[in-house]
Amino acid sequence: MRKLILIAGGSTLVYFGLALLMAVIPGFELSQVPPGPGVKPLTAIEAEGREVYVGNGCSYCHTQQVRPLPEDKVFGRPSTAGDFAYQTPELLGSERTGPDLTNVAKRRGSEVWQYIHLYNPRAVVPESIMPSFAWMFRVVDTAPKGVTPVPVPKTFAPPSGVVIPTQRAKALVAYLMSLKQAPLSNMAAAGETSAPAAPAGGATAPAAAAPAAAGQPSGGIDSAHGEQLFGDNCAACHQANGEGLAGTFPPLKGNAAVNDANATEHIHAVLFGLQGKVIDGVKYESPMPPWGKQLGDKDIADIINYERSAWGNHGKPVTAADVAAVRAKDDGN
Amino acid sequence: MSFFISEDAAGDGDSSELARLFAGYTISATAWLVFATFVAIVLAYKFGAPDFGSGAWLTFGRLRPIHTNDTFYGWASIALVGLAYYVAARSCRTQLYSIRLGWVGLGLFNLAAVLGTVALDLGYSAGDLEYREWPWPIRLIFVAALVVTAINLLATVARRSTDDIYLSNWYTMGGVLWTVIIATVGVLPWYQYGLGQVAVSGFYMHNAVGLWFTPLALGIFYYALPKLLNRPIYSYALGILAFWTNLLFYPIIGSHHFLFSPLPWWLQTTAIVFSVAMLVPVWGGSANFLLTMRGRISVVAHSYTLGFILIGVVGYLVGSTQGTLEAFRSLQQVWHLTSFTVGHSHLTMYGFVTFAIWGGIYALLPAATGKRPGRLGIAAHFWLAVVGSFIYVIAMSIGGTIQGLDWVQGKPFIQSVIDIGPFYIWRGVGGILMFLSHLVFAWNVWRMTLGHGVQASAAQAGPLATEAV
Repeated sequence: MRKLILIAGGSTLVYFGLALLMAVIPGFELSQVPPGPGVKPLTAIEAEGREVYVGNGCSYCHTQQVRPLPEDKVFGRPSTAGDFAYQTPELLGSERTGPDLTNVAKRRGSEVWQYIHLYNPRAVVPESIMPSFAWMFRVVDTAPKGVTPVPVPKTFAPPSGVVIPTQRAKALVAYLMSLKQAPLSNMAAAGETSAPAAPAGGATAPAAAAPAAAGQPSGGIDSAHGEQLFGDNCAACHQANGEGLAGTFPPLKGNAAVNDANATEHIHAVLFGLQGKVIDGVKYESPMPPWGKQLGDKDIADIINYERSAWGNHGKPVTAADVAAVRAKDDGN
Repeated sequence: MSFFISEDAAGDGDSSELARLFAGYTISATAWLVFATFVAIVLAYKFGAPDFGSGAWLTFGRLRPIHTNDTFYGWASIALVGLAYYVAARSCRTQLYSIRLGWVGLGLFNLAAVLGTVALDLGYSAGDLEYREWPWPIRLIFVAALVVTAINLLATVARRSTDDIYLSNWYTMGGVLWTVIIATVGVLPWYQYGLGQVAVSGFYMHNAVGLWFTPLALGIFYYALPKLLNRPIYSYALGILAFWTNLLFYPIIGSHHFLFSPLPWWLQTTAIVFSVAMLVPVWGGSANFLLTMRGRISVVAHSYTLGFILIGVVGYLVGSTQGTLEAFRSLQQVWHLTSFTVGHSHLTMYGFVTFAIWGGIYALLPAATGKRPGRLGIAAHFWLAVVGSFIYVIAMSIGGTIQGLDWVQGKPFIQSVIDIGPFYIWRGVGGILMFLSHLVFAWNVWRMTLGHGVQASAAQAGPLATEAV
């Protein structure tokens, strides 16, 4: 009997102590971490959407943690302890079969895009292997009053009728659109006003800042960098081939504003967003998010120069100073 | 100390009831294996055909936890407990404390797994907290099953007719008792908010593997190897050293699943340090098994049962050493969050734990029931499983590395999805072979239990006695 007590009891006691030390005590401690500045609890519908996210296992393919590594900069600033105050169950995830979603509201800031993407991801990202969540939508003959149907591209749309989101899809999109990092307090000022280096979540901003500091003139054109930024931020809607999505997201290829020698309109659209614009007789209703708050002048200039030179476009290149001028003039609009 | 296991049990009175219980656990576990890996085939197919089975009940995010939880708690847990009961009664030369409690435990394990599967498929998940996604009331049923098992195992060892407690029972009793603590820590809600829950997740997901499946599978090695080879384990003392070092080091390393996360840096660094310390029990244990086999290569080469165990030992050695390497920050930077991890988890849970279980079942079940599967059946099972899992692990390791390098090079994310594509297909090929091997295994289990197997010869367990030659 003594042997049994020694082996079974002794080892269990040791394990009990280790479990306290490695799980329970850190758990207690870290459960008390106060929310970081600007980190707010979810609204009712966002919380409902989070439940949809949890119940359908979104985090088996999408993380919500940005590591302090160069490769993660594209997803935002490194996550801090205060970011997770209201996150139970935690959704950090362990695999990135798909991209990190910590900042998805900033990176894919169009609700319409989110709806189309959920209905069938391949409608906007041809190479995507994400499941279709068409079962979160309904197909009806005509949309009820006050409900805007989802503008699913023809190839992916049902043969007849229109697609409208169920409550589940609406809640999920509300949750996704709530996913953006709060700027860290000491970076807030820089991030909110003119964002020269945009450390507060600008995609690859620090990476971009480095070569600039290394002596590259701020007005220099970096087309590779512009192409990368376009891929990270813009291609989701305007597509990698610049053709957009017929009737939903306007084309940049052959676009008058993009090819206009005067780039003010082009710069303005990227900085402050756009809605309801008529291009070639088609009115584009889905709002384009403003990028001025997340991207610095140099990054925006690189994107614009890529757009002005790709797909047969021939707009005059712009400089970071041009972007700063438009930003200064129209800030506060 | 040499411990020689003799075939005769003192309490032959219950041997047919024990055999029935052992068979019951094995059949039930096998059913879960076939189900959970069928789900896996559907999941693997979806990587190439994402629009396949796109309804709510078949969506990837619901099926994925069903696959992991059912392989963990349906297949491996039930199979290992069945083996642990048999090993306890035989190595203690006594009767199982309570056959009835054994059946009650089996019922509880199955109840938890069935309810858990249904809940997850309906979208009721406790959160994407790996291996504890079942809603908490269901996890309490699993805890109850563990408590029943612990009582039964301890009471059996307490009534042993041997003086010593054989090493296998150290591992199995310890594993069950510690897992009661792991499962309880995982369920209690008071310290699991936000980042606090991340800390508990790191502890839970790792300990549920290394202090549940690992000790029980090692317990099987320590019993089955000497029995099949008719020689004592190479070093009993080394086995004890591995027992205590595994217990001391393993619980500390869970946070290495959250390297570079906002968890306190000291917690992550401690986890890395002890991940290296884990080489002591891993290499000590593996050396012990390999040295026990030394000089008997021809015997091993002629016995698929020993082949399963050999693969299991190598899987333990390679998988665990790989785990130590993966814990280094420099390598995590490339491999973390990629499919490399999926390869690692299959190398360990499949290459080690599942092969250990198979070796144990082929070694012990025929002795219990008096029926053997055909040699062709074991051979088909062995080769399909070995080749399939080899393809699987290699595909995920290469594909995951490419994914990680794409990210390091700053390529657009979608490029990593495109680049790993071919390796998803190879994974599917390996997975299908693995699944076929499970069907063959189910047939073999049928022959060893309810069906007409080959009559097992004299109870004297020569190395080949459990296989029809």
